[in-house]
Amino acid sequence: MVEGVIKKYKLDRPLYEQYWTWLVGTVDVGSGERHGGILFGDFGYSRTGSQPVAELIKNRFPNTLDLTIWAVAPVILVGIWLGVQAAVHQNTIIDQAGRIFSIVGTSFPTFVFGLLMLMFFYVKLGWFPPGRMSDWASVIVRTNEFHSYTTLLTIDALLNGRFDIFLDALRHMFMPILTLSYISWATFLRVTRSSMLETLRMEYVVTARAKGLTEHDVIFKHAQPNAMISVVTLAGFSVVSLLGGVVITETVFNYPGIGQAAASAAAQLDVITVLGFALFNGFILIVSNLVVDVLYAVVDPRVRLS
Amino acid sequence: MSETIPSGDNTLLRETVSSREIGRVERFLGPENYRIVTGLLKTPASVMGFVLITFFALIALAAPVIAPPVNPNEPYKIPRDGFRAEPQPMGSQWKTKAPPLPFWWKPVMGTDKWEHILGTSQGQYDVFYGIIWGTRTAFRTGLIVTISTFLIGIIIGSVSAYYGGIVDNIIMRIVDVFLTLPFILAALILATILTPRIGKSLYPAIIALVSFGWMGYARIIRGDILSIKERDYVMAARVIGVKDSRILFRHIIPNAIFPTLVLASLAVGDVVLSFAGLSFLGIGTEVGYADWGQVLSFARNWITSLDTYWYIIVWPGLALVLYVMGFNLVGDALRDVLDPRMRGKS
Repeated sequence: MVEGVIKKYKLDRPLYEQYWTWLVGTVDVGSGERHGGILFGDFGYSRTGSQPVAELIKNRFPNTLDLTIWAVAPVILVGIWLGVQAAVHQNTIIDQAGRIFSIVGTSFPTFVFGLLMLMFFYVKLGWFPPGRMSDWASVIVRTNEFHSYTTLLTIDALLNGRFDIFLDALRHMFMPILTLSYISWATFLRVTRSSMLETLRMEYVVTARAKGLTEHDVIFKHAQPNAMISVVTLAGFSVVSLLGGVVITETVFNYPGIGQAAASAAAQLDVITVLGFALFNGFILIVSNLVVDVLYAVVDPRVRLS
Repeated sequence: MSETIPSGDNTLLRETVSSREIGRVERFLGPENYRIVTGLLKTPASVMGFVLITFFALIALAAPVIAPPVNPNEPYKIPRDGFRAEPQPMGSQWKTKAPPLPFWWKPVMGTDKWEHILGTSQGQYDVFYGIIWGTRTAFRTGLIVTISTFLIGIIIGSVSAYYGGIVDNIIMRIVDVFLTLPFILAALILATILTPRIGKSLYPAIIALVSFGWMGYARIIRGDILSIKERDYVMAARVIGVKDSRILFRHIIPNAIFPTLVLASLAVGDVVLSFAGLSFLGIGTEVGYADWGQVLSFARNWITSLDTYWYIIVWPGLALVLYVMGFNLVGDALRDVLDPRMRGKS
């Protein structure tokens, strides 16, 4: 038995050969079937998920993506708005309040913030439940009448015309979104503020003021677009860190995404599953870095020209 | 070396060049570093941060006095009062195996009955004891991780900057690869892989945090060394034939290290934050170890009754937030002081 396993996984072979087997798998001589090989999408079997790792990711990732899509807008838009306000009102009470807000935000561990929110919004007030959707909604989603077009629950619900399910899904995502947002706002506020302060000292801003533009036009038409260049990098990173940072948030709110699966696999020392998630995460990272590079060209005309 | 004193009337010169007393501290630190230190001491926010850090340091030092351990050989094991799952409210009496009474108990509380001041968590672990000794764990993990990452970063960064060229290129690309990994997930993975091999203790998480935490220091010290290695005294040392390692360790690093050192000392807060995150996810110490993340992780099983058992998250959570905030307050002020645009202003 033990020897069979050793043979099967080539554990008696040198390390580089084992590595190669892990990469491309083995081809059965008789049937020509391929076993294993992460390059062919076989990440192994997840002990904690009771299904192949690739299946597990396929089932869980849409939930995480759904959450991230809904979290990105508040994170970036509110974060930038806060930063611009802090810079425009530099050294006033607004700026100081922003500073305190961001220091508290960076000091708050995600899970403590999440647990406090659960205590308040779920247990005390009963407004926003944890999890993915209510029981009545999951019954409908499992029926054949509910078509899965995109596998993203909120979008599918809209496409099916089930507005009640859409609202239910949003209600369940409220707390994770707020948690992810609060932690990221602090960073956005800080970067936008310093970038904006730098831009406001530029001579073209002085020119804009000198030719008599309103303060609103000076800030939002002349200064802010230029201050956004350094913020775009951060925005790209924050999408990645949202996807990676959901590990703790999803665990706290019992939200069935890849982060929660990775965390429970890690807690039970299921290395194969965790490794699968790590590789998948790396893939996401490369894709989003590419997107950031393209966005750069959109935001900064100088990059487009050269 | 004798200074040439300009002859004649130099009152005009003396009036234009403002002179001031240069104290011993400033002479020791150098003008730039002195500016950083005084800048920090002048900001109210950073003074508040220093107060918080000192407060926690005192608690950590006095832990055996504030909460005497039941078994002096295993002080980090939180004493249990029975084995029932339900958390007990604040102020309930110790029923079994109460730890020895600390000296301050009677004068402050007015009784000689040990109570669970901050209640007990799941499995009757005393929350108060966990918070007090958890302060020590926080400093221990924070310091071990920070010092190790700092040393690794310094060595890698300075080798990279000093030799430059292809060595620099290769090392910096490796740094880039490490920087692209999402920190918590990478640390989680490494800690998971390490735990079955070296057992449940503080170390899997510590090693994981060190492995993915050194890159920042390497980059900062590299930048500082790149500017310092072009200075005349380095050239002079090279001309008289001093060995590479001696130039690096005696002439360059001591002059470049200060900003990195200050940054590192403030990273203790962030390290503790990540560490608590890992132990909340169940990576790290045995159940019942005095560690804030560990104490907080009990709350996961009581989410639906958190309004009754609020004390099992609020107190350890508060300790963690205030501790990290102490370091962040100083760190925020430091960012302003280190900002190159501020240089030259007092």
